[in-house]
Parts: sequence; structure tokens; C-alpha cells
Amino acid sequence: MTPLLSARGLTKLYPGGRGCREVSLELDAGEVLAVVGESGSGKSTLLSLLATELAADAGRIDYRLRDGTVRDLLVLGEAERRLLLRTDWGFIRQDATQGLRMAVSAGGNVGERLMAVGARHYGNIREAARDWLERVEIAPARMDDSPRGFSGGMRQRLQIARNLVTQPRLVLMDEPTSGLDVSVQARLLDLIRGLVAELGLAVVIVTHDLAVARLLSHRILVMKDGRVIESGLTDQVLDDPAAPYTQLLVSSVLAA
Amino acid sequence: MQPLVELENVSKSFTLHLRGGLRLPVVSGASLVAHPGECVVLGGPSGAGKSSLLRMIHGNYRCDAGRILVRDGAEPVDIATAEPRRILALRRGVMGHVSQFLRVIPRIGALEVVAAAGREAGLEAGAARDQAAALLARLNLPERLWHLPPATFSGGEQQRVNIARGFIAHRPVLLLDEPTASLDARNRTVVVELIAAKQAAGAAVIGIFHDQDVREAVATRVVDVTRFAAQAA
Repeated sequence: MTPLLSARGLTKLYPGGRGCREVSLELDAGEVLAVVGESGSGKSTLLSLLATELAADAGRIDYRLRDGTVRDLLVLGEAERRLLLRTDWGFIRQDATQGLRMAVSAGGNVGERLMAVGARHYGNIREAARDWLERVEIAPARMDDSPRGFSGGMRQRLQIARNLVTQPRLVLMDEPTSGLDVSVQARLLDLIRGLVAELGLAVVIVTHDLAVARLLSHRILVMKDGRVIESGLTDQVLDDPAAPYTQLLVSSVLAA
Repeated sequence: MQPLVELENVSKSFTLHLRGGLRLPVVSGASLVAHPGECVVLGGPSGAGKSSLLRMIHGNYRCDAGRILVRDGAEPVDIATAEPRRILALRRGVMGHVSQFLRVIPRIGALEVVAAAGREAGLEAGAARDQAAALLARLNLPERLWHLPPATFSGGEQQRVNIARGFIAHRPVLLLDEPTASLDARNRTVVVELIAAKQAAGAAVIGIFHDQDVREAVATRVVDVTRFAAQAA
């Protein structure tokens, strides 16, 4: 079967040479791929390219639509591309204020995505929003509150609800747990792990945290200086790293 | 009868780039087969490469040269060159692995850890839970521990959770790395019985057993891994 997502030769270079060079990857339905590397390795650039938020200098991104046809996202028409991103994809950002609409209530944040795919019945939208807030452990009583008053962990959970309410098949995650207290991080990871397995989501998750990669991902890409320097089964790459840089990364982690 | 696992001329060394490229040879030219119903015991002193060989069969360590064929139904899959998703599929349906130490997701209770392993291997949720409970009971894990995360358990308790995970589903290939190391005599006997039941059901077992009595009770054959000692380059 054709992979759900297939990127070939993705390149985006910034002045000074940083960016992402000739990265290729494939992702099947239900597969979780972690992209690891230090700051400046190009992993976030790669994610922005996949999300088509950044224009690539070169490469293509083939995506298998629900009807089975495969389209290159980089040549898709703007309206079609936006609809796809709003419905079949999710993007969970490190900074929740960029992934949420901070001026809109929690329930509105979730309901808005449903309206974007054509839901019109107010009662149904509110019901679905309430349901998703509960699934991410946000009390229904907070539904009409602004996310401005939410803690970091709650904002991330709200982002998850907002993204998953349209039942996407692919979710991109950019450091979704970093910057949170460790206990909050643990709870969020449990939630993500459960939902990914339950819904059979395909995920590309960018993280600098190898423990997060081990916990969530099936496969891993290690990036350095904009290139993929090592890839494979997550436990194999972490337990038997081959590249000098991967060995350095793995040996730098303190075991708790 | 066709072997379920076949290693042909398998070699492996570690290159430590952080130690100036120091090369640590592990095994060289290792060959062995395991047929349905067999329990092949890997022998040899500590450091001979027994655990590394098991990890290579499981796809956890890479293989530098040679072939590691694991049969998936009629199809032999070469673990040394297989795509990651192929190896993951084999781990779900074909080969189970009991590692020396339990490595599980934190915050999840012992019973659920075992049941989840059953579901991953294709058991229906209710059956997975029932079988998890039956195995933990058989391995004498006190019921008051079943809903607690194993991180706080003693070594022997953790190892019994680990064994239950490895044995819950029937997979045709079972890789066992010192499963009885931290168990008392009563639980060692249970493990010996569990292994015999898997063999009787047609599984090929490849294992490392420190205890002489367990080794004698389960082994249909012993392969001395020192035969495959690698020569330092």
C-alpha cells in the first residue's frame, strides 16, 4: 500500500546555511515517527515544511487522501490544501498560544474546527466540544472560559482536543511537552500515548527528549546540521546507535 | 521440518565513536537454527555475546553481516535487512522477548502492563485481561500488587511481570534472556512449566539461563556461544 505521507528531498535553506537538506521520509497510517536532534538541527524546519507552512526550495510531499488518490501537497491548490490541513491533519505546537485562538473560549476553540468542516448545528457542536474537553480531562465547567486563564498543561490538552475533534489521520507535534513541569509532562504524555493508540493516528513528533521519543514512537530520525544522519526502529537507534552524533546524544542523557 | 529461526554467519561489533572509534567485537560467524518445539539454550561465560545475539534476533541490536531469518508463516524474513515496520509486525505476531530487566511505561499497573502486551499481540481486550490475571496468579504475584505500577516492585516481582508479558500471547518464537535470574525455586519451576507448554504448542524457544537446574530442565540443545567469539580487528 502507498504510504500515507511520503516526503522526498525536502530542502529549505536559510541564509547562513541553517535549515533542512534533502530530507526524505515515509509514514504509514498508525505509525509514530520521532524526529530528534539538538536546537538548530533542522527538525522544526522539517516540521514546518511538512505542514506546508514554509515553502520548500526543493522536494515534494505526497499525501494519500481519504479517497485513495495521492497528491503532491506542494502543488495542491490553496483552497484544497487549506481544507486538508483543517480536516485531515492536526498540528500541536510547543507554544499553545500559537495553536489556539486565545480570544475564543475553550469550547469555541474546539467547535471552531468542526465549523470549518461544515458543522452548523450549535447544539451538536457544543456537545462534541464538551465531549472532547472531557476526553482531554478539562472539566465541562471550564468550557466557556478563555484559555488565557489555563495552565500550560491545560492549554496543551485543549490544543489536542481542538486538533483531534475533526478526526484527522495525521498529526504533527512540535515539542508538545517541553516547557511543562515534569508531573504535567507525564500526564500529557500518557494522554497523547493513549489517544494515538486508540485513534490509530499517524504522527510526526519533533522532540529533543529521547525519553519522549522512546515512549511514543515506532521509528526515529536523528537530524544534525539539516540532514538525517541516522534512522530506524526507535529502540534499535537508541540502544545501538551507529552515528557518532547519535552516540553522543544517547550517552548525554542522565538516567533517572 | 523447517526452522523458525535460522542465523547464518552473523557478525556484530560495536564501534565506540566517543572512545576514539574503539571497536568492540561481539560475535563473528554465528550460525544456529531453532525448530518448532525446540528450546535452544545459549551457553558460554558472561560477555560471550549471548544477550547481544538474542537482541539481534529481536531487532534491538543491528547485525553487521550475515542473515537472521525468522519465519512469518511461510515467509522467512531477514531481520538484518528488514524494514522497521516489518520487524514491528514480527514482534507483534511472531516473536516474543523477555528481557533481563523490565522496561515498561511508567504509571501503568502491572495487570494492565501484561494485558496491553496481550492486546498488542491480537488478543481481544477481555481475554487479554483474563489471561493476564491468570498468568500473574500462576507466577504468584500477590494480587494487591496487580494495580500498582511495577517500578516500585522488587527485582523478582518485576521479572514475573516481565515473564507474564512475554508469555501471554502465543507467538511461534520466544526469546528469553535470563528469565529466572531473580526468582525463587517455586517460581523458577513455574517458568520451566510455562516454557514446556510453549514448546508443546510448537514454539521455538531460544534462551539464556544462568541456573544449571533450569537449563537442564528446559534445554533440548545447548549452543556454546564462545564458538562465535569475535576476533578483535
